[in-house]
Order: sequence, then C-alpha cells, then structure tokens
Amino acid sequence: MTEPTVTDVPLQLHRLTVDAVLSLLCSAAGALALVWLVYERLAPFSGIVGFWLCWYVVFLLLYGLVSGLQWGRRVLADRVAGVALATGGLLVLVVVANQIGYTVYRGIPALRHGNFFTETMGVTGPLDPLTSGGVLHALIGSLEQLGLATLFSVPLGVLAALFLAEMGGPLARPVRVIVEAMTALPEIIAGLFIYAVVILTLGLEQSGFAASLALTVMMIPIVTRASEVMLRLVPGGLREASYALGASQWRTVWNVVLPTARSGLGTAVVLAMARAVGETAPVLLASGFTKELNPDPFAGPQLSLPLYIWNYVRYPQPDMVARAFGAGLALMIAVLALFVLARIIGGGTPGELSRRQQRRVARDKAVQRRAEPGESS
Amino acid sequence: MSQELSLTHEYDAQHREEPAADTEQRLVIAPAYSPGDVIFRVVLRAGGLAVLAVTGLIAFFLLVRGGGVLARVGWRFLTTRQWIPSSGRFGIGALLPDGTIIAVISLVIAVPVALAAALFMSEVAPGWLRRPLIALVDLMAAIPSIIYGLWGVFFLQPRVIGTVRWMSEHLGFIPIFEVRGEHTPSSFTTSTFLAGVVVSLMLIPIVASISRQVFSQAPQSEREAAYALGSTRWGMIRAVVLPYGRGGVIGAVMLAFGRAMGETIAIALIISPTFEIAYRIFENSGMSIAALIALRYQESTPEMLSSLMAAGLALFAITIAVNTLGSIIISRSRSGLQTTD
Repeated sequence: MTEPTVTDVPLQLHRLTVDAVLSLLCSAAGALALVWLVYERLAPFSGIVGFWLCWYVVFLLLYGLVSGLQWGRRVLADRVAGVALATGGLLVLVVVANQIGYTVYRGIPALRHGNFFTETMGVTGPLDPLTSGGVLHALIGSLEQLGLATLFSVPLGVLAALFLAEMGGPLARPVRVIVEAMTALPEIIAGLFIYAVVILTLGLEQSGFAASLALTVMMIPIVTRASEVMLRLVPGGLREASYALGASQWRTVWNVVLPTARSGLGTAVVLAMARAVGETAPVLLASGFTKELNPDPFAGPQLSLPLYIWNYVRYPQPDMVARAFGAGLALMIAVLALFVLARIIGGGTPGELSRRQQRRVARDKAVQRRAEPGESS
Repeated sequence: MSQELSLTHEYDAQHREEPAADTEQRLVIAPAYSPGDVIFRVVLRAGGLAVLAVTGLIAFFLLVRGGGVLARVGWRFLTTRQWIPSSGRFGIGALLPDGTIIAVISLVIAVPVALAAALFMSEVAPGWLRRPLIALVDLMAAIPSIIYGLWGVFFLQPRVIGTVRWMSEHLGFIPIFEVRGEHTPSSFTTSTFLAGVVVSLMLIPIVASISRQVFSQAPQSEREAAYALGSTRWGMIRAVVLPYGRGGVIGAVMLAFGRAMGETIAIALIISPTFEIAYRIFENSGMSIAALIALRYQESTPEMLSSLMAAGLALFAITIAVNTLGSIIISRSRSGLQTTD
C-alpha cells in the first residue's frame, strides 16, 4: 500500500564497520562448525529444520558473546536485537521464495506436457499417466468465476469506499469497523452463506455463478478497504478547487476524485482479484465438482483451479498429486501475474503522472504552442 | 456532521495538527445539494449500507438454517465432543478448543517473527530495501491458502518430523509434548502443531503489515530525542517505537487470531479428524470448526447440513466478535494521528 509521505529524513546512525561485519560472519561460521559437529557427529539428531534452529540459537549466543566481550552490554543487546529483527525479514523472504520454488519444482512435471492446458479430466482415471488429462475445465471455470465476482464486487466495493471517504457521517464508523472485520471473515463462512441462500433457499443448483457470489462476499470488504485508503490519498485541495468552480459533489467525485485515484483503485481491484482467485473454501460448497468442461457458469457444476487441487491432491497416486501441483503452479502464476500487474498499475502516488501521461501532456503543450505562436513568444 | 459538505472534513483533517484556536473559526458551508447530488448521496449511502446488509444477511441465513437444530440441542452444543447429527449428539465441545489450540500455536510462532519483520522494515532495513520488502509481505498475504496447505503437507511435514520426534521423546514429561503409543514417523504427521506452523505462515503478513504501519508512524522527533540521550537503536525501539505501536500490535494480533480460527483448507489438508481435545500438540489429532465444515458438507443429509450451519454460526459469531474488537483497537490506536488509513 502507498505510504503517507514522510518529510523528515531519518538519521543515518548505523554504518558498517569492519569489526561489525567480521564478528557477524565469524560467529555464523563458528556456530555452523560447532552445531555440525554436535548435531551430525556426536548426538543422534536428524531433520534439517532442527539443525538450522540449533545453528541459529548457537549463532546468536556466539555473536552476543563476541560483541559483549568487546563492547559491553548495551552494544550486545543492540547487535543481537538487530540480527534478530533482520532474521524476521529474511524469514519472510525465505518462506515466499520457498513456496514459489517448491510449487514450481513439483508443478513442472505436469506442466511439461502440452495436454495439461488443453484437456479436461473427463476421460482420465487415477492411473493414467501425465500425458492425459489436464486443467482446461478448471482454468475456464476460474476465469469465469473471477470475472463475475469482479463484476459484482467492484461497483459495490467502490461505492462503499466512496461513502466512507466522501460522505462520512455517523454511519461511516460502524460501516468501517464491519468492513475491517469482514476482511478476515472465515472463507468457509462465505461458502456456507451462499449455500444457505442460493442452493437451499432459492433452490438453484451448484454452479459457477453461486461460486462467484461466494467470491463476491470475500472480495467486497477487500476492495472497499483498499479503495478507501486510495480515495483518502486524493489531496483535499483538488476537491476544494472543484467546489470553488461551482461543481456539485457528484461532479467533483466523478470528474476529479475518481480520475485522480484511478491507478490506486486499479491496484486495489487487482489485489482483491489476486486474493479471490486462490480462495478454495468459498468455492468448495458453492460450485460443485465436475470432471468435464462446463463453459456456462449459470448451469451445472463448474470446477476452478483451487478446487481442482483440493480434489486431486488427496488421491494416493503420485500422478494425481503431480496434476494437483501442476494446477498449483498455474494458480501461483496467476496470482503472481495479478500481483505484478497491480504493482505496474499503481506505481505512483495519486495525481502523479505516469510516463505515458507525461508524454501526452508534453505533446499537447507542443501542439498548443504551434497553434498559437503569437501568444507564447 | 452529515450537515456539512465533505469539503470541511477534508479541511479539518489536513490541518488537525494546527493549534486548537484555529479550528473554531473553520469554514462551514451550509448544505445546498443539487438534485443530482441528492441522488448521488442516496446511492453512496446505499452502497455503505449494502456492506452492512451482507454481514447481517450472513448471520440471518446461518441462524435460519442452523437455529432449529441449535434450539433442539440447547446448551449441550457447547460441550458435546462428538459429531453424530443423526442421533442428535453433536457439538463444538472439542472443535472449539482444538481450533483455539491451533490458533494459539500459530500465534506463538507468527507474532514474534512478524514483529521482527515489521521492525526490520520500519527501523533497521536500509531505504532501498524497504519497498521490496513491503511488496514481499503483500505477496505473502496473496499466496493462496491451498498452496500453503500443499507446502505444509509435502515439503514441511517430512522435514520437521525428526525435530518433533526428538522433542516428544526428550520433553515428553511435559504433558503437551507427550505422544502416546509407539513412536513411528507416521505418528507425528497430522498433529495440531504442524497445522499451527502452516497457519502461522499465513498470519505473519497480516501482523507484519499492520504493525509496520503503526511503527512507521512513531514520531521522528521522539526517535531523535532517544538517540540524543545516548540510546542505541534497540534502546530507541524499546523506548519509543514499541510503546507507540502497542495498540496497533494488539489489534493486529486479534485480527490474526480471527483469521487463524477461520482458516479452513490448510488445516483440513493436514489434520486427521478426531473429536477429543487435542492438547497434546504433537499427537495425530485435532479438528476445527471450519475444517469440519469443509470435510463433512458432502455427506449431507438435511439434518447434517443444518448441524454444520449451526457450527458455522458459532464460528461466524466468534470471528466477527474478535475481528470487530481488533479493528476497533487498531482504529483507536491511530485516532490521534493525522492520517486515517
């Protein structure tokens, strides 16, 4: 998310010194040697996670010892805390890289076969090799359900965000609190709700449409919250200028606020889509299960990628698990693509022109100057 | 408030840090809405109300579908440790504690890591590293929970069994680490601990991003004051940043707890369902309400389905209560600030 701009520049108090770097590296190496000796040679331990956990503890102890002996207690606390905090950041990086790497590693065997994206599971049994069967039906289903859910949730979400940001009033507070609470709504509840309404009460069958409604319930609070943040970043001066020119509130929002926040709103929507495309639990109850291609979201069960994984990963056959990982990789690619798209759309702060817009402004100015040569000189 | 044009709110919000005397003579414009504006405001209000309505509808329909069974079973619903709806013996007596155990395990792991990552992002990391790190945390939040589940079952499980086994054999005298029966590798594979570890990975980005926001809003002048008094960076963090962000962190932890209670797919993939209170965290046992719904909805007689609706209602009530409290705490902790984000 975009940050409020900080005008104060933080002081640069910490500079790398040879001493700091060396004591860090040597503690790490020393701890590695010590733990390897004890863990692998002397004690009957096993498991790579345990090894690195032990290494980390020994490393912190050694590093603290080295710093403490040399500089005293205050530096000891500062340095050990600095390393511990950096570990937190590093752990995030490692986990994300590991998730992506492992999904790619396990997903490639299925994805290598071209049929994976062009066939369904209609004629493929659990014992068939990877050269038969694929995710076509799940892919189509995911796209349609995501499209419908975006269609339903974006207008509602943006309206609610406009209400919160532009109108306010006594009602805004409860709405904001509920929206925030709903962003952490259990996924399965959304599915259960749609099941209760659409299938039990309205008597419709399980379908892609029902699944998209469940996704809509999940997406609305995400879109609303993110959009409100973006709308609040629109400078108040722009609104005041619009009012001063005599524009009504509706005209101000339509012609000033929304265009200014456009890139931010785009980011909000795309991030919500990235969240929704991977949701399994809401879809699980609403969309039903099928092995066949069903391009019509309004009739009959329709599969989606997360549900495909959920179903096939629980088979004992390794090829079925490989297919599930293949679908997982496809899903991961979709999420990453949406994520990168969101970063591209929402690069700058509101009101800041993109490179294309800047070129257009420059061109317009040039045209203007050529049209009125007398005035500019 | 609603009588003023929103122009004045913006003006107010931007100049809040100015002395109080200034606010008394601020500009108030009387409402003069054009017909278009009236319609516009009605539509906006409807949009806001629709979000409230969705929440209300969820509660209403779960109550309609699950309330009947709930009324028949009565208070036993909260204490029964079985799930046999056909004979009327079902309840969340084991599900709720088990779900809570998983949530607590995941919080114990996630909160220190997330706080460290948040402090690293806001205080320690050099400037060029901050934006990529923030993007990384956002990405971590966007990874689907089914991918976390796959990763937990196929990658993590075989790699932690050794450690878990060692702990249960050497620390088994502590009740929560005990594993009954013979110890084979497969007797550690579906424990609440493993589920907790996987769920903790999903909580890290939630806690980290909210905490980072509140930490980074700690006033620069107070940080510099701490440095000027001779504090080290860690001393400054302890004296200025952590106290300043306490409210936000508490709220973030509550939101994460709500998320952990509602996590479905990863838990359902890992856990092998049992209906006893799984306080031995390394043993193959445990269940949660959300996982139960995901695993059982298919074998649905109408009776079973309404019992699942009742369980869903309980889960909904708990998570909405926890989340609402959490988000109120977060918004309180920011209320003195100039940004409403």
